[in-house]
Amino acid sequence: MMHLLYQIFIDPFVQMAGAPDLLVQTLWEGFVGGMLYALIALGFVLIFKASGVFNFAQGIMMVFAALTMVGLYEKGVPAPLALLLAIGVMYLLAVAVERLILRPLVNQPDIMLFMATFGLTYVLIGVGELIFGGSPKEVPTAQLGLPKGAYDIHAFGGLVSLQKIDIAAALIASIMVAALAVFFQKTRIGRALRAVADDHQAALSVGISLNQIWVIVWFTAGVVALATGIMWGARSDVSFSLQVIALKALPVLILGGFTSVPGAIVGGLIIGIGEKLGEFYWGPLVGGGIDSWLAYAIALAFLLFKPEGLFGEKIIERI
Amino acid sequence: MLRKTLFAMLATTTLAAPAAVRAEDSIFVPLFTYRTGAFGGSGTPIADGMHDYLSMLNERDGGIGGVKLAIEECETGYDTKKGLECYEAVKPKGPVVVNPWSTGITLSLIPKAAVDKIPILSMAYGLSASAQGDTFPWVFNPPDTYWDGMSMILKYIGAQAGGLDKLKGKKIGYIYLDAGFGKEPLPFLDQLAKDYGFETKLYPVAAAEMQNQSAQWLNVRRDRPDYMIMYGWGALQPTAIKEAVKIGYPMEKFISIWWPSEADAKGAGEGAVGFKTLNWHAANADFPVIKDIQKLVVEKGKSQSPKEAVGTVLYNRGVYNSMLIAEAIRNAQKLTGKKAVNGEDVRRGFETMNVDAARLKELGMDGFTGAFKLTCADHNGHRPTFVQRFDGTKYVKVSDWIEPMTDKVMPLLEADAKAYAEKNAGWPKRTEACDAK
Repeated sequence: MMHLLYQIFIDPFVQMAGAPDLLVQTLWEGFVGGMLYALIALGFVLIFKASGVFNFAQGIMMVFAALTMVGLYEKGVPAPLALLLAIGVMYLLAVAVERLILRPLVNQPDIMLFMATFGLTYVLIGVGELIFGGSPKEVPTAQLGLPKGAYDIHAFGGLVSLQKIDIAAALIASIMVAALAVFFQKTRIGRALRAVADDHQAALSVGISLNQIWVIVWFTAGVVALATGIMWGARSDVSFSLQVIALKALPVLILGGFTSVPGAIVGGLIIGIGEKLGEFYWGPLVGGGIDSWLAYAIALAFLLFKPEGLFGEKIIERI
Repeated sequence: MLRKTLFAMLATTTLAAPAAVRAEDSIFVPLFTYRTGAFGGSGTPIADGMHDYLSMLNERDGGIGGVKLAIEECETGYDTKKGLECYEAVKPKGPVVVNPWSTGITLSLIPKAAVDKIPILSMAYGLSASAQGDTFPWVFNPPDTYWDGMSMILKYIGAQAGGLDKLKGKKIGYIYLDAGFGKEPLPFLDQLAKDYGFETKLYPVAAAEMQNQSAQWLNVRRDRPDYMIMYGWGALQPTAIKEAVKIGYPMEKFISIWWPSEADAKGAGEGAVGFKTLNWHAANADFPVIKDIQKLVVEKGKSQSPKEAVGTVLYNRGVYNSMLIAEAIRNAQKLTGKKAVNGEDVRRGFETMNVDAARLKELGMDGFTGAFKLTCADHNGHRPTFVQRFDGTKYVKVSDWIEPMTDKVMPLLEADAKAYAEKNAGWPKRTEACDAK
């Protein structure tokens, strides 16, 4: 019993102190993963804020966007042009979603819209596989100007290796998060978006076009999905299994709140770093592989104390 | 009235006849495949190889024994539920064999095989113990079980270290898909660890985390295993190779079971040079059988495969799989004298399979793979494999044929088969006659 308690409560910290380079490496891996989780979660937050819809299709949008870019590149389109065309495809998708799903379902219960995003998921999977096939595709990192290799830093009593692609991923994610925060807070469209998020009817009454806002939001979420898909794909491959990773955004959203941009970032970092630390220091105690459920356990623990999330809006209903 | 009745009878006969003729003149071979989903990258070339070999037989020979093969793919997405749906969908059509192409689906179908009289071919995957024909008369898993594979990897590692006895005190890491397939060799690995005195370090990867393995590889970096063994599939494999490169794990000491493709290693660039896998067949197109496929199927636009994928590891694996099916059907025709054989006949065909060097030559596969023979008791063959090394673009054979440790594998297989039968109350005793002499 004492041995078990030691392994749970003492040994991991002894390991951290004994090999700080591994601790720093784990934190770094968690940070990069967390930033990417945050980006995925941002896509959910954007759409939820503007339309009250939990967009189940966000994961497959990430795969579809990245596949479009890589698929076009494989067909001979130069990588930068393929990137622009993929952005264009995400715009067309946003318009199609607004016209074919959101507009006809306006004033329907939220669950209908949620189910519609389920349908959208399977349509995108089918169309994606039909056009691009099921094989994983490699992101043309060099052609996109993304770096390769690593910075090996001899510090903390050992070696900390920072992959250049991970640094780029963290930087791009940070820039996108900052840009979105400015977009929300400082621009006219951002204010309109927040108005729609607060009250659809009130926003309509002051002349804000709901349809236009929806297109902008879905397009923005599509661009975020494209960036995430490319960055995650550059670390492994672009394949349909990436969409499962997007489900990690769920605990991030539970933590950060469904409506908060800062919440998505903080939640992403907590989940990213938490699962890496958990798997590395406590995983071996139970045979490893705990990172697949640890994020959900952390989120559930948070739910007990803060059901609205760290930064979510507190729901107060008068009865 | 009479004229009307006669006309109706004539019409009925005329319309019914082609169906009857079709049933007599074709052999239904369903192929459970996955060209989509998280495992589509591994599943697609195998599906192409399987389909193209059978199509080639239809084009070149008019099928088998003059009977056309009715080939039908069913997409499982490597999902056990969908695999079972596929099984129920094809069952009424009289399949002569099913290829689940998933250990999970295989495990679910094993109890059904004897009831539905449909043999299962789980080529080098599935339940290792199903190699025991006396307990599992309807299941065939040639040419090796996952336990054979593990024993051959350890033999190779032992040879590199200077002998199996030198494994004592070594640390061997095992990264695997945390599913039925990856867990399959764990009891055997435990046994070998005890026998040879090495320590195992396990790194399970959940299917949902296949592209998110940095935590597992940080553990590898901390544990510093002397060798790493991988039992992966789908996106797990390229990601694992990339992560191994990332942490600087020596590729020469990273060896996998037989599933990684060239594409899985290529993604990691130059760093993947030295990565090794087991194999039992050629990974090129320089064989008459592959030339026939190219000429009669691929060049005529009857294949879904890109031309450059023909002859790669997993494409050839699919070809090998379909060769087994075709040989079982041929044997069944010889045994029964029937042209349109059924599942029961094909089961007998598998049990009498003897693909020797002369037969391989007839098949256009001289040098493609080793000879093998199945019997009523041994549904596997437990054939030797070799180690191939990735050179940056392709795999190159770097070892002689390595025999599995049958002295270690067989007693455990027998015990496991017995335990399976005991655990599944009412597991039928074998009543099927044995044709093999």
